[in-house]
Amino acid sequence: MFYREAGQYKTNYAADMAVFPLRQDRIGIAVILGIALVGVPLIGNDFFIASVMIPFLVFSLAAIGLNILTGYTGLISLGTAAFMGVGAYSCYKLTTYFPGVNIVVLILLSGLFSAAIGVLFGLPSLRIKGFYLAVATLAAQFFLQWAFVRVPWLFNYNASGAIEVPQRTLFGLPITGAAATPETRYFVCLGLVVVLTWFASNLVHGKLGRSWMAVRDMDIAAELMGIKLLNAKLTAFAVSSYFAGVAGAMMIFLWYGGGEANDVFTIRLSFNILFMVIIGGLGSLIGSFMGAAFIASLPTILKFGLPALGVPLSGAAAEHVTFMLVGALIIIFLIVEPHGLARLWQIGKQKLRTWPFPY
Amino acid sequence: MTKSSIIRSVALGALLAAGAIAAPANAQDSVYFANNAYRTGPFSGSGIPIGDGMRDYISMINERDGGVNGVKVIYEECETGYDTKKSIECYEQAKSKNTIVYSPWSTGATLAAIPRAHVDKIPILSMAYGLSASADGTNFPWVFIPPFTYWDGASLMVKHMAAELGGMDKLKGKKLGLIHLDAPFGKEPIPVLENLAKKYGFEVKLYPVAAADMQNQGSLWLSIRRDRPDYLYNQGWGAMNPTAVKEAIKNNFPIGKLVGVWWAGGDDDARAGGPEAKGYKSLNLNAAGQNFPAIQDILKHVVEKGKSTTPKEKVGENLYNRGVYNSMLVVEAIRNAQKLTGKKVVNAEDMRRGLESLNITEARLKEIGMEGFATPTSISCTDHSGHSKAYVAEWDGTKWTKPGEWLEPLKDEVRPLIEANAKDYVEKAGNWPKRTESCEKSS
Repeated sequence: MFYREAGQYKTNYAADMAVFPLRQDRIGIAVILGIALVGVPLIGNDFFIASVMIPFLVFSLAAIGLNILTGYTGLISLGTAAFMGVGAYSCYKLTTYFPGVNIVVLILLSGLFSAAIGVLFGLPSLRIKGFYLAVATLAAQFFLQWAFVRVPWLFNYNASGAIEVPQRTLFGLPITGAAATPETRYFVCLGLVVVLTWFASNLVHGKLGRSWMAVRDMDIAAELMGIKLLNAKLTAFAVSSYFAGVAGAMMIFLWYGGGEANDVFTIRLSFNILFMVIIGGLGSLIGSFMGAAFIASLPTILKFGLPALGVPLSGAAAEHVTFMLVGALIIIFLIVEPHGLARLWQIGKQKLRTWPFPY
Repeated sequence: MTKSSIIRSVALGALLAAGAIAAPANAQDSVYFANNAYRTGPFSGSGIPIGDGMRDYISMINERDGGVNGVKVIYEECETGYDTKKSIECYEQAKSKNTIVYSPWSTGATLAAIPRAHVDKIPILSMAYGLSASADGTNFPWVFIPPFTYWDGASLMVKHMAAELGGMDKLKGKKLGLIHLDAPFGKEPIPVLENLAKKYGFEVKLYPVAAADMQNQGSLWLSIRRDRPDYLYNQGWGAMNPTAVKEAIKNNFPIGKLVGVWWAGGDDDARAGGPEAKGYKSLNLNAAGQNFPAIQDILKHVVEKGKSTTPKEKVGENLYNRGVYNSMLVVEAIRNAQKLTGKKVVNAEDMRRGLESLNITEARLKEIGMEGFATPTSISCTDHSGHSKAYVAEWDGTKWTKPGEWLEPLKDEVRPLIEANAKDYVEKAGNWPKRTESCEKSS
């Protein structure tokens, strides 16, 4: 009833192939974008924007990256955080060498370095799959993290081994460094995430995405159909690492604003992003956003929201409660809906479509 | 409900929740002070006693005196788990609640907060940790790092080594190993040690420990056995310290030659080594033990009244007293700020002035019941550290003792390095805010 598509006719192929064929979906997306662009900066305070929204956007992008690899192509990776680190460090080096070039351009460029490294570590995927591949990507995680600490050139021989993010401006407005307001940083993040999500959506709906999915469903069958496994798998690694790299650069430059970068890109972060993809829904872009909101933002909202709502909870206790609550919710979600939040959302839509007369 | 309206209501709900978070907590007759703490995670072994000491001293001031000159200090902990991401959240939280001073309790958190604090105008008190270069008040008007920096600590280590060997000229040809956490905190002393090594002709060997391997130092100690350094300086924290003490004993390294930075001087760190840890040394900036009127007041007004979570026997342990020392600095700075401005309820800007002209004299230490607890410290406009004195504490098997005298760091070696690095930092940051704050005369 709410989701009735009756009366929405498609009169050309373009309309039939649209990503959002239903009017309701298109309105929904417009409303979400409206809230993100106007509502959040208008109503949200600095704390909410800086500590909930920016991390959410950064993790969404990283989750989309991993989802392309794991959800769409079926290649499990535990090296996401390392690829994010490559993005962050290459962005840092780029802005040191080219201080005049706009930082947004450099953030987008730094993804390319990450993509190159991703392809390199993706090579074993041509021979091995599943758990074996996961272990091979673990090597990337360990090696790259080691390199971030051990190669002083990467952090410009800084005495404390940390990346210190310099101030860079866009149209005269500081967007990195301390003088950048949370709102400006948020808008830059939002812009990057929207554009790259649109890009990812076009990729997964196009020829490349279809070949990835064919490889995921059965690689031998895909090969027999004429899909080149080499191309499909390596492009998946490249695109996935590109997204991770951009997310990593955003993380240090637009969110952390300096600090001990080598301590950020740990295996724990890789696992967290994998959880986001699994909870959100494998092979779904909207699921990546849902997973990021669940894993990254919920703990923050719980930790600061519960005391604000008058639940008397000390810091350490809140931390423990958050761990338990998020852990329990993960288990419950996986039992109730192993295909993730995205699938739950799909079921919800289907129910709304037939409401109030289910069949 | 349509998809959009569901999303809208969820988003609105989230926004409302966020709005509630930001509700100001300041009453008229109180000041708000946010402190980062880590009672969870791999560093909690060191974080808990410090957090307890911090909280109990403030509670004592509130209970005994009704606050600082009648102004209650609302003290709130923000749990970070020693995680930079959570520390940043905590900073944002502290800022939204108008904290008068921010206390990061982690070098990583300090590094992340320094650029923000200069824009948000919130003073950072990083007591004997954080960015050593931030002791340069001309470039870092909002950061305070009393009573000394990691660079002072490194110079003290060299001084101690020379004293035991019988003079600076005896350092030639010796080997000093640095076991350090492979993070900004652990790397801080390296430049000074390397500088001094060049000057006095000794050799520095680095033994980095990754945070994930804190309790797994076996391979590292193999290289230590191979290199046979004459002295070991342990710049460790949390679970890394008891492991280092245990490994030193296991590997037959002379325990008296293992000297920890002041953060490696926890009672539990040394206790882990059992009776053989007797003789383990650590640099120290505060005295351990309960024999101080201030600590007695904490026992009387807070612990015995059941207003603390600290077990009575833990009061007076080394790291507990370190927390007390930090809170004492905060309370004294509030008092100083009140005196300077004539206001009762001070804000962050007043607090910055209070910290910058903080002068804790011998007489003042006696007045607040801390005679012999620490040495006098004074901060000035250009020198935000004071480079006060420390001593080499020794573990006697059950408690920390003070066998020697208070030592002064090699200020002449450290200060030029601080200025050079501060300049470098400011240049790299690009558009670093020029100091506009006027200088405060020491009171």
